[in-house]
Amino acid sequence: MVIAVTTAYDVAAQVRDPELPVLTLADLGVLRDVTEAPGGRVSVTITPTYSGCPALDEMGADLRRSLLAAGYSAVEVRTSLSPAWTTDWISEDGLRKLREAGIAPPSRLGPKVAGPVPLNLVPPSARVACPRCGSFRTSELSRFGSTACKALRRCLDCAEPFEHVKEI
Amino acid sequence: MSFDNAYESLLGEDDAHWAFGTGFSEALAGVDREVPGGVDRADLAAYCLMLGDDALVLSQRLAEWTSRAPELEEDVALANIALDLLGQARLLLTRAGEVEGAGRDEDALAFLRDERDFRNVHLAEIECGPVAGGDFATTIARLLVFSSWKVASYSRLRGSADPVLAAVAEKGLKELAYHRDHAAQWTVRLGDGTDESHRRMRAGLERVWPFVDELFAPHAVELRLPGVAVDPSELRAEVDGVLDAVLPAAGLERPADVPAARVNGRAGRDGVHTEAMGYLLAEMQHLHRSLPGAVW
Repeated sequence: MVIAVTTAYDVAAQVRDPELPVLTLADLGVLRDVTEAPGGRVSVTITPTYSGCPALDEMGADLRRSLLAAGYSAVEVRTSLSPAWTTDWISEDGLRKLREAGIAPPSRLGPKVAGPVPLNLVPPSARVACPRCGSFRTSELSRFGSTACKALRRCLDCAEPFEHVKEI
Repeated sequence: MSFDNAYESLLGEDDAHWAFGTGFSEALAGVDREVPGGVDRADLAAYCLMLGDDALVLSQRLAEWTSRAPELEEDVALANIALDLLGQARLLLTRAGEVEGAGRDEDALAFLRDERDFRNVHLAEIECGPVAGGDFATTIARLLVFSSWKVASYSRLRGSADPVLAAVAEKGLKELAYHRDHAAQWTVRLGDGTDESHRRMRAGLERVWPFVDELFAPHAVELRLPGVAVDPSELRAEVDGVLDAVLPAAGLERPADVPAARVNGRAGRDGVHTEAMGYLLAEMQHLHRSLPGAVW
């Protein structure tokens, strides 16, 4: 017989991002640590996607609510700034879920390159595929979308506009 | 709380704050906050205030464009950039308050200080639009200079001995580089556009240029914090390099250096501001001062 053991991590990992509800906080890579202490006390560490991300407070409130509802007695939500969040922390599953929701996922950035931050005088010709038809013939409409983490693009083949989680 | 409607979530939060509405005083909850050994707390607090005020005041200026930008996408862009800067300001002011140790949080520092207590550079506060006397191109010129300067500064600040400054810089650097690209792309688009857009972009650069010199003038506080603070006089070459890449592509030239006059050698870092600052603070602080302790 297999007994399912639900840990505080499992509960926290299921909480959804308030602005990208197709993703859980674990998918998004903002859930950094969940520690259980005696007496049902839980400490959760999350990291902001952007310094001014207004969803951070909401994430904390949702985590508190979910863990208290799961029977934990006290929940402390901590914020970690370093190392800074990168879109590379979005899980493979998360990338798939974004694509299925019509949002182009970010490309993988890979390891950081040393040296000065490069200047881009023209919008980078990132190969962003249209999440609807798969065409790579897409162009940027706006560098800032409905949330800080997204840009707005359009597909030149199926003509649909779509959002793109930009690489940082 | 059931969150059945949008208003319910606004009620009964005992940790409500002005800037975003809820408890960002926990902003640094998980960050190593030890003040490094041998560092003067008053100097570190003053330095955090300088950086925090730069971000806060420019954030306020950019937010003034909301609903007034030349196109909807730009409205969203300027608001998003303002939001990034506001987030950086909150972390820096929270750090300034806790290092100072006088019980002032980010709200007290943002809303309850008078003009002479602000430590931002003049470039952040001057009027660059949307109201009369300014222009979108002027705002872009300021953003180009400001973000190029901050990118250079934050890329060094990542190695600061202060763990909070290092963490804020690492995070903020990615945002500022994106702001810099945005401003650079607009500079090229306007400078290399029509005669009218070229004229206005050039006028914008000339408007902000007298305030560039101040960015690279080290303050005594910065010089007393080696290993913690960045000496801004080291940043000029990198910023010039960026501008030398952007301006020729836009068909523009660097204006002649005619630094704005200082008052007895003092400027923004000493709390001496331009006449625009009082109006800016009046708008930013009015609600909080009229209704102390109000929440939303």
